[in-house]
Amino acid sequence: MTREEVYKKLDEVFQDVFDDETIHVDDSTTAEDIEDWDSFEHINLINAVEEAFGIKIKMNEVKKLENVGQMVNIIIERAVEC
Amino acid sequence: MLKELEYPFDGKLLLKNKKKIRKQLLDSDANFIDKKVAILGGSTTKDILQMLELFLLNNGIRPTFYESEYNQYYQDAMFPNEELEEFKPDIIYVFTTNRNITSFSQIGDTLERIDTLIDREYQRFSEMWDKLANVYRCPVIQNNFELPFYRIMGNKEASDIHGSVNFITRLNLKFYEYAQKHDNFYICDINYISADYGLREWADPFYYYMYKYAINPSAVPLLALNVANIIKSIFGKNKKGFVLDLDNTLWGGVIGDDGVDNIVLGPEESEGQGYSEFQRYIKAHKQLGIILNIDSKNDIENALSGLNHPDSELKPDDFICIKANWDPKDSNFTQIANDLSLLPESLVFIDDNPAERHIVSNQLKDVSAPEIGDIQNYIINIDRNGYFEVTTLSEDDYKRNEMYKENAERAQLQASFSDYGEYLDSLEMQATNKPFEAIYMSRIAQLTNKSNQFNLTTHRYTQEEIEKVAYDDSYITIYGKLTDRFGDNGVVSVVIGHIIDGICHIDLWLMSCRVLKRDMEFAMMDSLVHRCKAKGIHEIRGYYYPTSKNKMVRDFYHLQGFEKISEDPDGNTEWKFSIPSDYKNKNIHINVNE
Repeated sequence: MTREEVYKKLDEVFQDVFDDETIHVDDSTTAEDIEDWDSFEHINLINAVEEAFGIKIKMNEVKKLENVGQMVNIIIERAVEC
Repeated sequence: MLKELEYPFDGKLLLKNKKKIRKQLLDSDANFIDKKVAILGGSTTKDILQMLELFLLNNGIRPTFYESEYNQYYQDAMFPNEELEEFKPDIIYVFTTNRNITSFSQIGDTLERIDTLIDREYQRFSEMWDKLANVYRCPVIQNNFELPFYRIMGNKEASDIHGSVNFITRLNLKFYEYAQKHDNFYICDINYISADYGLREWADPFYYYMYKYAINPSAVPLLALNVANIIKSIFGKNKKGFVLDLDNTLWGGVIGDDGVDNIVLGPEESEGQGYSEFQRYIKAHKQLGIILNIDSKNDIENALSGLNHPDSELKPDDFICIKANWDPKDSNFTQIANDLSLLPESLVFIDDNPAERHIVSNQLKDVSAPEIGDIQNYIINIDRNGYFEVTTLSEDDYKRNEMYKENAERAQLQASFSDYGEYLDSLEMQATNKPFEAIYMSRIAQLTNKSNQFNLTTHRYTQEEIEKVAYDDSYITIYGKLTDRFGDNGVVSVVIGHIIDGICHIDLWLMSCRVLKRDMEFAMMDSLVHRCKAKGIHEIRGYYYPTSKNKMVRDFYHLQGFEKISEDPDGNTEWKFSIPSDYKNKNIHINVNE
């Protein structure tokens, strides 16, 4: 899966979770950039991302995520097969 | 009713798209009732709150929430809580799990010691429930405990007194005993729900370690469906009956083509066993007062011959209405609802054919027509939706099928009279119209929550509120019970009048549609006037608040001789009746005992 493909799918997940079709994310996007992205929605977001890409993000990784770019790194690493 | 929220649903999709779905539900033109729901949690509950909101909206209940801080359920309940008192919950849901059990038994503990531990755990909860009941006077829903996700002694955990499985099982039994003794207390059976979902997945400790979620978020939609079902049942939004197809629904095959001898039903074949078990499942609902009806594209002779098949658990006599003809299913469905004086949406449509389900649910707003799948899934897919979730079982429920049968007989009798008054006299009706009595409180509360059509103000009451007005001198309360030659209709009408400055304001006037056109409303009017006179009251004020369902009583007060004194742009009207000193009884066909 290319980074571009991941972002295409990731945009859809973000748009669903935050119910906002104008959202587009990139490497540097953080919770600061999206109004509803609080700690609670963060959990839903992680779950939705895991579901969309068929991956599992580990406990220590969830805590360390600083921006969407790091999330995409994990997705690419785990979702190589699809 | 959103298809997305009907079982079997895609829980993960619901979680992801919950914002969009919420908007969709709120934007629908449904006629919501507003309820205040307090969630007291022993772990994170925000996800539960959001999912519960969707399922409640889908049932026509628009909730506002109070949510306790993380794991503050006990403190919130036990100590003075201004915020919650001000919130005035209509219902309280205590979400606790086995993570909230403070101490389990240890290997080596004596039985006595373990008994003490269980008692102590139980008392902590029961004191809280008593407190909630006293302070908030509203129904309380309490989770029981799910089984632990590991077993150090393995299978022995179940039977050994030291096992945590044994401990939880015993503690749960204590919860149930409390529920059996307390009217407004309901168990949410997460022990069953977690087993149904799969305990290992349900308890996935990842979410507890990470976010203090006691249950896997993916399991939350199923939990929320269950909690919403209890709530909608308490507030009188249960369904009342089934409308069933025949071919490939109650038996395999098409009876008109295959002949009665070749339909698939009974113990000889595997599919036949499936249909037999499904028939037993449907039939068992009759004990709860759920009424059964047939809507089938068949000649009536064929339909009846199928139901008279020796292996058919359901017999023609089990049904109130049997419509077997070649009319569109939705028009038969409407006809059935009319015959029963029920709203179409209070009946659930069961048909194996997606096209028929589509036409019925499309033509008739808010009718549930679940996707039942193949025969081996029929029961699960109907059952999980909780259409008939039981919160109280009154004697009326047991007798309801009988009553509908009696109604059918009355209809036949009516046809033999040309004069309607003569027909009414022939019914030999006896009414008892008296102030609320203790034995009828639950039925009266139930009626205030169930009656939509013949209901002037659609004011809903909990049992506690009913009891409160019953013992308050500034209220006139009347329940009306009607018996006739065919049987006892039970309590069918309720009036509550509030006396302010010598005027009786009617807060509630309702009547069950099962006794429409029997002049019972006139008998109630007479009784109200008599009670007012006895109290020296000379004026009655009536109020009509329109809803989408109560058009039939728009001119009710006019018919009773009231005079309209105001009307606002929303159609809310106020009516006045000055009691004449020579008031003449309006009812002449019912013999009334006051």
